[in-house]
Amino acid sequence: MKNSVFIISDNIITSLGFTSEENINNMKLNKSGIRLVDDPDLFIQPFFASIVNKAELNAKFSQLSDPSKFTHLEKMIILSIYEALKNTDVDVSKKNTLIIISTTKGNIDLLNKQNKGNIEQNRVYLWNVAKVIQKYFYNPNFPVVVSNACISGLLAIIIGANLIELKKYDNVIVAGADVVSEFIVSGFQSFKSLSDGPCKPFDINRNGLTLGEGCGTLILSSNNLNTENILFADGGTANDANHISGPSVNGEGLYLAVRKTLQKSQQKGIKKIDYISAHGTATRYNDEMETIALSRANLSGVPVNSLKGYWGHTLGAAGIIESIASIHSMRGGFILKNSGMENQDFSDRINVIDKLSTQEINSSLKISSGFGGCNAAAVFTKAI
Amino acid sequence: MITAYSIIKNNVSIVNGKPFLADNNTETFSKFVEQLYKKLNIHYPKFYKMDNLTKLGFINSELLLQNKNINSYYSEDEIGLVFANKSSSLDTDLKFYSTIENRNQYFPSPSVFVYTLPNIMLGEICIRNRFKGENAFFIMEKFDSEFILEYSRLLLDTNRTECCIAGWVELLPDNFESLFFLLEKKKYNNNLKTLELKNIIRQYEDYGAINH
Repeated sequence: MKNSVFIISDNIITSLGFTSEENINNMKLNKSGIRLVDDPDLFIQPFFASIVNKAELNAKFSQLSDPSKFTHLEKMIILSIYEALKNTDVDVSKKNTLIIISTTKGNIDLLNKQNKGNIEQNRVYLWNVAKVIQKYFYNPNFPVVVSNACISGLLAIIIGANLIELKKYDNVIVAGADVVSEFIVSGFQSFKSLSDGPCKPFDINRNGLTLGEGCGTLILSSNNLNTENILFADGGTANDANHISGPSVNGEGLYLAVRKTLQKSQQKGIKKIDYISAHGTATRYNDEMETIALSRANLSGVPVNSLKGYWGHTLGAAGIIESIASIHSMRGGFILKNSGMENQDFSDRINVIDKLSTQEINSSLKISSGFGGCNAAAVFTKAI
Repeated sequence: MITAYSIIKNNVSIVNGKPFLADNNTETFSKFVEQLYKKLNIHYPKFYKMDNLTKLGFINSELLLQNKNINSYYSEDEIGLVFANKSSSLDTDLKFYSTIENRNQYFPSPSVFVYTLPNIMLGEICIRNRFKGENAFFIMEKFDSEFILEYSRLLLDTNRTECCIAGWVELLPDNFESLFFLLEKKKYNNNLKTLELKNIIRQYEDYGAINH
């Protein structure tokens, strides 16, 4: 008999707040954290992004430890895990709890020696970020880092859930983070994939993504103490086998990941998906690819949104903070507005939600896609 | 069970315990990997566009899979890839950073930036072989073969994949090494003995310390 996987606690740190509740409440009020950022250290021209307030982060972090000893990324992760652990009885210093970190570029800003301060440059290694986090929380297990482009966050949740299902651990803390750095901004700009204004997921006139930074933490556990807890039902990944930097024209990998995940969820008794949290980066090709994959999977009528219009594309954090938002939507019976969209593209093929709506959600689907042709899908449910 | 393995390390390459190509005279990664490309008789012009980490993973997958014809035993979405390394894509990260570091010589290139993600290698191997199964890339300080194999077996045991290529693929300017395994639920090729992990790891370690 496999263990069930409950989501027992969570935290989100973005431009919209330092707790999940603060983020969700701001999103319900249709507030976006995307601003015009004029910082020559990040990019030669002003650009739109969603940035975490450094002064506020440092003030909160100084209650835990000395802010000068940790990077911006590490402070977000430590504070986020600390906040998520608060209302649980998980003892992170015990062997039955594993920490999984999801990030695409970690402390890549340390390549610029100006950003170093008191920090050793070898913290640019992703395993070393995980080690810093592991030491801070006195966790005895070798920390796991998942770095698989923009599906990293959702993949880390799937991996954590698989490890609990097979009774390798009782609790898994999944924390994902990335920062808006000179490195990432220059790279996405070189691809010409940044939007000239705040991003517009699924809009006819969308013209690119908006970068964001943040951290999300989900605590998965085999022990359910709260009957309102949502469960992880199933999840999987698939590759397009088509192109390393462009999505598949027929949504192949995403379709395969969704199909496989829905089949396995059906075997566990989940017959219907009530809500889909899309990747929705607002690039021309991504949103079209997702539309094709979802209609191939016969999900055209199911309410869909992308949350990138609120906090941008947070890379390694995206799959986690968006899954947390799904879980809060399921508990509260609402679907957030797909922020940034004026005129929906593909309205005949997918049902994008353009205003905050009340709806009972028993099961939801989260999807992510990324460079390297990777795609991930996971189903969350109220009961199995 | 492990049905095949391949090693590239210290300018030596080994397939299922047998030396494939060794060159003590070649000093650079590019020269060694190009010799392997030629000896494997590959014709795939895209290879020359890949970054070094991807070339290493790509060539080791070709070594592992030569003569295996696994696509005839498994469908596209039944073949998964689970890899790990220590330095992620740092080799190319440094190359990309050198193009943006100086604002007077600012020329970021998308064809370099795309390789600043370690899982691009998985994408390239998938494109080459039409693999559409599970993907995961882990970063760890030391090669934890048991974790990588445990996760791969989890994918096999839960029917998420029928066949898995798993392993370690690490590259920095002064060091490159890779060990790939082929894991299959069934053994279609009966000529191979079931291979023991500890024997393979011992052989891998014999070619120098894993962590320099």
